[in-house]
Amino acid sequence: MSKNTRTFQVYRYDPDKDAKPYMQTIEIELESTDRMLLDALLRLKTKDETISFRRSCREGVCGSDAMNINGKNGLACLTNLNDLPQTIVLRPLPGLPVVRDLIVDMTDFFNQYHSIKPYLVNNSPAPEKERLQSPEQRDELNGLYECILCACCSTSCPSFWWNPDKFVGPAGLLAAYRFIADTRDEATASRLDNLDDPYRLFRCHTIMNCVDVCPKELNPTKAIGKIKEMLARRAI
Amino acid sequence: MALLTKKYDVVVVGAGGSGLRAALQLSEAGLSVAVLSKVFPTRSHTVAAQGGIGASLGNMSEDNWHYHFYDTVKGSDWLGDQDAIEFMCRQAAQNVYELEHFGMPFDRNADGTIYQRPFGGHSANYGEKPVPRACAAADRTGHALLHTLYQRNVRANTQFFVEWMALDLIRDSEGDVLGVTALEMETGEVMTLQAKVTLFATGGAGRIFAASTNAFINTGDGLGMAARAGIPLQDMEFWQFHPTGVAGAGVLITEGVRGEGGILRNANGERFMERYAPTLKDLAPRDFVSRSMDQEIKEGRGVGPNKDHVLLDVTHIGKETIMKRLPSIFEIAKKFANVDASKEPIPVVPTIHYQMGGIPTNIYGQVVVPDETGANKVVNGFYAVGECSCVSVHGANRLGTNSLLDLVVFGRSAGNHIVDAIKHSALNHKDLPKDASDMTEARLARLENSTSGEYAQDVADNIRASMQKHAAVFRTQETMDKGVVSIMDIAEQVGRIHLRDKSKVFNTARVEALEVDNLIEVAKATMVSAAARHECRGAHSVLDYEHPENHPEHPLGRNDKEWMKHTLWHRDGNKLTYKPVQMKPLTVDTVPPKPRTF
Repeated sequence: MSKNTRTFQVYRYDPDKDAKPYMQTIEIELESTDRMLLDALLRLKTKDETISFRRSCREGVCGSDAMNINGKNGLACLTNLNDLPQTIVLRPLPGLPVVRDLIVDMTDFFNQYHSIKPYLVNNSPAPEKERLQSPEQRDELNGLYECILCACCSTSCPSFWWNPDKFVGPAGLLAAYRFIADTRDEATASRLDNLDDPYRLFRCHTIMNCVDVCPKELNPTKAIGKIKEMLARRAI
Repeated sequence: MALLTKKYDVVVVGAGGSGLRAALQLSEAGLSVAVLSKVFPTRSHTVAAQGGIGASLGNMSEDNWHYHFYDTVKGSDWLGDQDAIEFMCRQAAQNVYELEHFGMPFDRNADGTIYQRPFGGHSANYGEKPVPRACAAADRTGHALLHTLYQRNVRANTQFFVEWMALDLIRDSEGDVLGVTALEMETGEVMTLQAKVTLFATGGAGRIFAASTNAFINTGDGLGMAARAGIPLQDMEFWQFHPTGVAGAGVLITEGVRGEGGILRNANGERFMERYAPTLKDLAPRDFVSRSMDQEIKEGRGVGPNKDHVLLDVTHIGKETIMKRLPSIFEIAKKFANVDASKEPIPVVPTIHYQMGGIPTNIYGQVVVPDETGANKVVNGFYAVGECSCVSVHGANRLGTNSLLDLVVFGRSAGNHIVDAIKHSALNHKDLPKDASDMTEARLARLENSTSGEYAQDVADNIRASMQKHAAVFRTQETMDKGVVSIMDIAEQVGRIHLRDKSKVFNTARVEALEVDNLIEVAKATMVSAAARHECRGAHSVLDYEHPENHPEHPLGRNDKEWMKHTLWHRDGNKLTYKPVQMKPLTVDTVPPKPRTF
């Protein structure tokens, strides 16, 4: 076996023809220009066009190509092949229904994102120019607004696996705190009300898988902690 | 076979910046709107824009829209329509403030105003010195903008058809547009979406080139659909090479890096842009910088074992500034070029980035085609905005930050115009013609029944290799003529594509094969339009027609007498017609043509 040959074990399932899912083993010769896992996947697809996965920007900003890579969620386009073992095992993101191969149905994930009212609420008349915000106030949004909705975090969270319909999950909660932390937003009280629930927020048991897998190095657990702290302070 | 039909007031195809901005106006006005997108809206390629959105807010130093207007006309190498450019630059500030009110997380100055950075070709006082005009959210401005607009559409209850691919435009015998046919990717179902108004916001086609900063989804679907439906494509010979794509990987490095003080260096470590553009230096417009880089490489001062790229140096601006203003660039340099940008320069090379041409429109986004006399005639029921359109504000070369601005200004303008048209003039659904879905069904049947032939991706790769070879930074008449022959040969292969995967469920191979039908139309339009334009203008640089700056008739090879005109490529007969550039702005004086130096 040449040193550029890699073994892929890929989760395959096409409901149009397969009775049940199976793992397919494929060996492939990579080119020296194949740097990232996505490059290797595209090469696989030139050999067998039925292998299905989402992809778009190939630079880690659109969030399309999230998958489970050797047991850990990540983006194929940001995963360097040199950082992976000889045998690469690819599965769809865990916890969501599989549509086909590495493509999952993200309805539950987006429903939770939408449930936190992911938009700025400010009913005061807008000024003629921009609303002012100090650099320090703006810094509060760093580590929050950069989320790309790839779902690596929520689908690595056991609490989300058990209750995808009731627990908002790390991505949605990160977004919730992004608006709470924004000095221009006027809906903090109703945002906290919306989360003050044994499931929606408090199913987070600080397992921190979300932090471990986030390809943008964000920290949803920290944001969730801040929301919990605000609720605790409000209760006193 | 009649397809299942759904009726809406408006069908918007594409959910990037311009589609979402238009959809917001439509939803908030209470119209029934269907927004189709091949990907979840926040995965649209607007998300990858980095450096900023242009508006003369004057937050950092004195600025006004007249300067922005002048810079954009000059940047366009006098191919931009001055009425459209005035329209855009005048409205820029209002549109940016509106984005801020929607919640867009711009960076801030100490006084709380929006942070702005310098960008290529943007100057104060008509070319005197660089001016900070790019309103920025770190180096993630597109991400911040796209997510904000999506969020605002969630608030407005906009109805999305996520992972639906529009296949063909429906026109009746009078030429009116009545909707689209579309494929639901998850189920493989094909439907007709009938509408009083159809708005295309399908983005560019940067994937007709091999080395591109563009996402895989940027296959020019709107242009292909329009061309097949008999709509000409305008100014397709003008493609922007971004000076700084990561060498070998193609990933974009924002011009904002140079806006923050980054410098381009050749193999000798020389800041070569000082020689080419004494005033704006590294912040000259993109076509100019890309050509200068290519010249350095051609003359043997390239870097690396093959001397095939140059270096972008930010080591002197300090790690703190890099991490504050350019955090994604630091990440990209590490991941895709294996360099620590705070300690080593980044290897970069001019890379295809943006399509200046597109579906011809007026400033309200209405698609216009020539009538019998050659004058603009509105196509009823059809609008286009964003990169798929040509209004034309970018002319022969777009300035950085004007693309995001174009999306919101014209998305909003088209949205408002459609609301007026539907609410105030009782626009109704016309009956669909009997053959409404024939073309779509024939295309799908051809793939479905194929039993042998070529792989879609091999054909697409052939298109990309040919375009890369024949329509590069520097073109020659010979390479362009060969390119026309080559692309017309490849067009034959497109009809022989063999789809092996016949599954109904999320068949990405079928989607890719259907995309090739669009890629080839854009490639044909580009090559044919380019080979016919016998001059140098903006991004269209042809060695055969190069002249020095002081040439009495054709300074820098630009031939205003014969070629200050827009190209229109017609798919039917593969032929070209031309229309004049609109030199008269709306209210101010014309910026008269002059040699374009920086």
